Amino acid sequence: MNSRRQFLKISSLSAAGLIFGGGLLDAFAENLVKKNPSHFKGPFDFVRTPTYCEVCFWKCAGWVYKDENGRIKKIIGNNDDPNCNGRFCPRGTGGVGMYNDEDRLKTPLIRTEERGEQTFREASWDEAFDYIAAKLQKVKKEHGPESLALFSHGSGGKYFGKVLKGLGSNNIAAPSYAQCRGPREVAFLATYGQGINSPENTDIRDTKCLVLIGSHLGENMHNGQVQEMSDAIDKGATIITVDPRFSTVASKSKFWLPIKPSTDMALLLTWMNVIINEELYDKKYVEKYCYGFDQLKEHVQQYTPEWAYGVTTLKPQQIRETARAMADAAPAVIVHPGRHVTWYGDDTQRLRAVAILNALLGSWGRRGGFYNPEKASVPHYKIPKFPKPNKSWREALGGKYNLADLALASGLCDASMPTPDLGHQIKAWIVNGTNLINTLPNQANTLKAIQELDLIAVVDTMPMEITGYADVVLPECTYLERYDSLRVSQGREPSIALRMPAVDPKYNTKPAYWMAREIAKRLDLLDYFPFENLEDEIDWELQQVGTSLEEMQRIGVKRIKREYDDLYFEKNEDIEFDTNTGKIELYSTALAEEGFEPIPVFVQHPEPQEGFYRLIYGRAPMHTFSRTANNPNLTDLMDENTLWVNPKVAKEWDLKNDQYVYLENQDGIISDFSIKVRVTERIRFDSVYMVHGFGHADKRMKRCFGKGISDTQLISNVMIDPIMGGTGMRGNFVTFRFDNKKEA
Amino acid sequence: MRYAMAIDTKKCVGCSDCVVACQTENDVPIGYCRDWVVEVMDGTYPQLEMEIRSERCNHCENSPCVRCCPTGASHYGEGGIVLVTENKCIGCSACITSCPYDARFVHPKGYVDKCTFCLHRVKKGLQPACVAVCPTKCMYFGDLDDPRSEVSMVLKKRKWKTLIPEAGTKPHLYFLI
Repeated sequence: MNSRRQFLKISSLSAAGLIFGGGLLDAFAENLVKKNPSHFKGPFDFVRTPTYCEVCFWKCAGWVYKDENGRIKKIIGNNDDPNCNGRFCPRGTGGVGMYNDEDRLKTPLIRTEERGEQTFREASWDEAFDYIAAKLQKVKKEHGPESLALFSHGSGGKYFGKVLKGLGSNNIAAPSYAQCRGPREVAFLATYGQGINSPENTDIRDTKCLVLIGSHLGENMHNGQVQEMSDAIDKGATIITVDPRFSTVASKSKFWLPIKPSTDMALLLTWMNVIINEELYDKKYVEKYCYGFDQLKEHVQQYTPEWAYGVTTLKPQQIRETARAMADAAPAVIVHPGRHVTWYGDDTQRLRAVAILNALLGSWGRRGGFYNPEKASVPHYKIPKFPKPNKSWREALGGKYNLADLALASGLCDASMPTPDLGHQIKAWIVNGTNLINTLPNQANTLKAIQELDLIAVVDTMPMEITGYADVVLPECTYLERYDSLRVSQGREPSIALRMPAVDPKYNTKPAYWMAREIAKRLDLLDYFPFENLEDEIDWELQQVGTSLEEMQRIGVKRIKREYDDLYFEKNEDIEFDTNTGKIELYSTALAEEGFEPIPVFVQHPEPQEGFYRLIYGRAPMHTFSRTANNPNLTDLMDENTLWVNPKVAKEWDLKNDQYVYLENQDGIISDFSIKVRVTERIRFDSVYMVHGFGHADKRMKRCFGKGISDTQLISNVMIDPIMGGTGMRGNFVTFRFDNKKEA
Repeated sequence: MRYAMAIDTKKCVGCSDCVVACQTENDVPIGYCRDWVVEVMDGTYPQLEMEIRSERCNHCENSPCVRCCPTGASHYGEGGIVLVTENKCIGCSACITSCPYDARFVHPKGYVDKCTFCLHRVKKGLQPACVAVCPTKCMYFGDLDDPRSEVSMVLKKRKWKTLIPEAGTKPHLYFLI
């Protein structure tokens, strides 16, 4: 039997006494101090250093200002950065809280067994690395390199990825794919032969009509998009918001369509019906660039506005009016592809419908629609080729999801459970900067997989829940205390940005690059880390593109001229799309080949039973998932999530504002904690809403422990996208409880 | 010179960036704020309207707080900005009671604190921190006596309102509607 891995609250540790590693470590620390450049004096006698933000993944570039005592005073956007234009969002502005948070992980920890009790003990870095390296080697020897996996969301993933690839595994996944934007990428690849990526290539700045479907820009604070939306409002753009909730952006919209949840596909197909039958589509564009129009036209005849009324509860007139508004603005119209789109399991198909609608309106490749982004090409220092994996991540999926273009975090988690038909099982996880407990749906499943592992090593800055399941915890310093690889962003204008330490690492924390290299050293993989210090590699890369570390330390961001003048399609330009037919595929040959519907169809999704409400979750502008929940500056703005309840529902249940309730889902899962009720007209009567990322269960995070409810805990019904394996999470229904006692 | 600020409620998304930026710029302790966000919702589902406002001291031309201050700590500074001289303030809180906008608070150090329109920045030709950081660029700051200032221009072009005009305070905080 495996020794069962218990969840350890790190608080069981004695807080005192930081243990520092061997001489090598001290040498490193000294090195970092010495290597800090001659700081540039800013305009207010503050010392400022460049960074790009790591609080979310928009990666805005900015300046960290310090006061005369060398303390971080504030973080301000870099005016030259196209991702932020000198303006950080609240999370970036409050990023200093990540550094100041006294609940941070402070020293390496190793799980031990003492008198039959599992516990963590403080460890030296050497011990921690020796432990990890030995385990990785053992697992590799016993189960093959394909039994190693890396889960990552953050800059450090790149470095641990090298270790993994060096060992012969490419099981490297980010939850930002199968739990978030994956269906969108697959759908746009299938349609245009090109994904959306980040930052999105939506030309919001110049759009005349922005259509948001469940996407709540403004609450979802992806900086550049919010800024451009504001510009578009200034220029009088029409905003159409489709949301069961009166979101912030719904309040800025000319049209708010309060759709019945899970019926977005019906609306999209009906919009196509109106646009085709009223001949509002871009005929020249469709004729020149698109494949399968006749099939599409025939297919959407069944989806009339009158039919859609019964399905979506939206009035036929509203549907027609909004379709015409889009066509009036075309081609300067964006039916926004959203970002977190794993909702109902037919998400690739829904995003296909979004892609097709954009094609009918001729917005792809047009000003005010979607531009063609460009990324700077920065050469990498030549390292030896990684060994070819015997088995790739795809094989962990058991022959399913062939159209997925990246590894699935959920897939690798599933493959960590005994699956005899798979031929191999994942036995070791490195987890970098992602709290899988609150990230992957179906927590029971995640916890079961964790029990099967021979090793789980977690790299994080905070004692997130996942660290409680680790065998080894490696405390990373925050982005304000380290170098990281250059940010190379796509955009209208390519740019690169530098992150460098503004201050030395607090406590006994270290950068991920150094950790990965130390592990590599023990595995004889140093050839993949030719530079002892990351800044030397960065400098080498910068020299190749005509700048230097020294220059970037002064300017932070460098914009690079586009190589090609192809931001938009030229008039009548001949274009070969990277699809099977070389055209924009309204009818997808790739999907047909895989046995999926080549044109999206409407499928009815389950609805809540009596007394239950659909659980909808979203974001707040001052928080990023659960990673900011304990940040002192951001907690000050919002320290718990609330449950939005329609007044009719509140009356039925006799719920009052500010009252705390527990929730129980359709599978009998009862929330650990309670949530404050917010009675509001802004939510439909068939749904409740909460912001994701609260309800933390680790006491060591003092500010956020037990505050609000974790939506993830209540997402046990996962609707898997058969095309790419995305985990649809909006098919969960909850009811109110006034205690959290489990029934006997 | 009369400094004023205009805030576009059509663009503000209520993200509270102005609040954090003010806190870090002015060393406002965590748990306190000199500016804040208000959401006002009206109607019943699905006929709804919502206004979002970033609020702060109104820097009134006829300030009850200045009038009632027994020590003269509350005073009009450059460009009509209402300021508190920390070492003259006895923390009696009369100004807090008199302010119709609830813009003042007692700093843990014992004096009354509030928005200064970031006068220290303005003197250097910079925008107040909240204006400079706002991702939606929904705030405009400048001199009402200068017809070409951003704030004068936008007030000329757009419909606006002030808060609690019936209090007769002549606020210098305008909301574009």
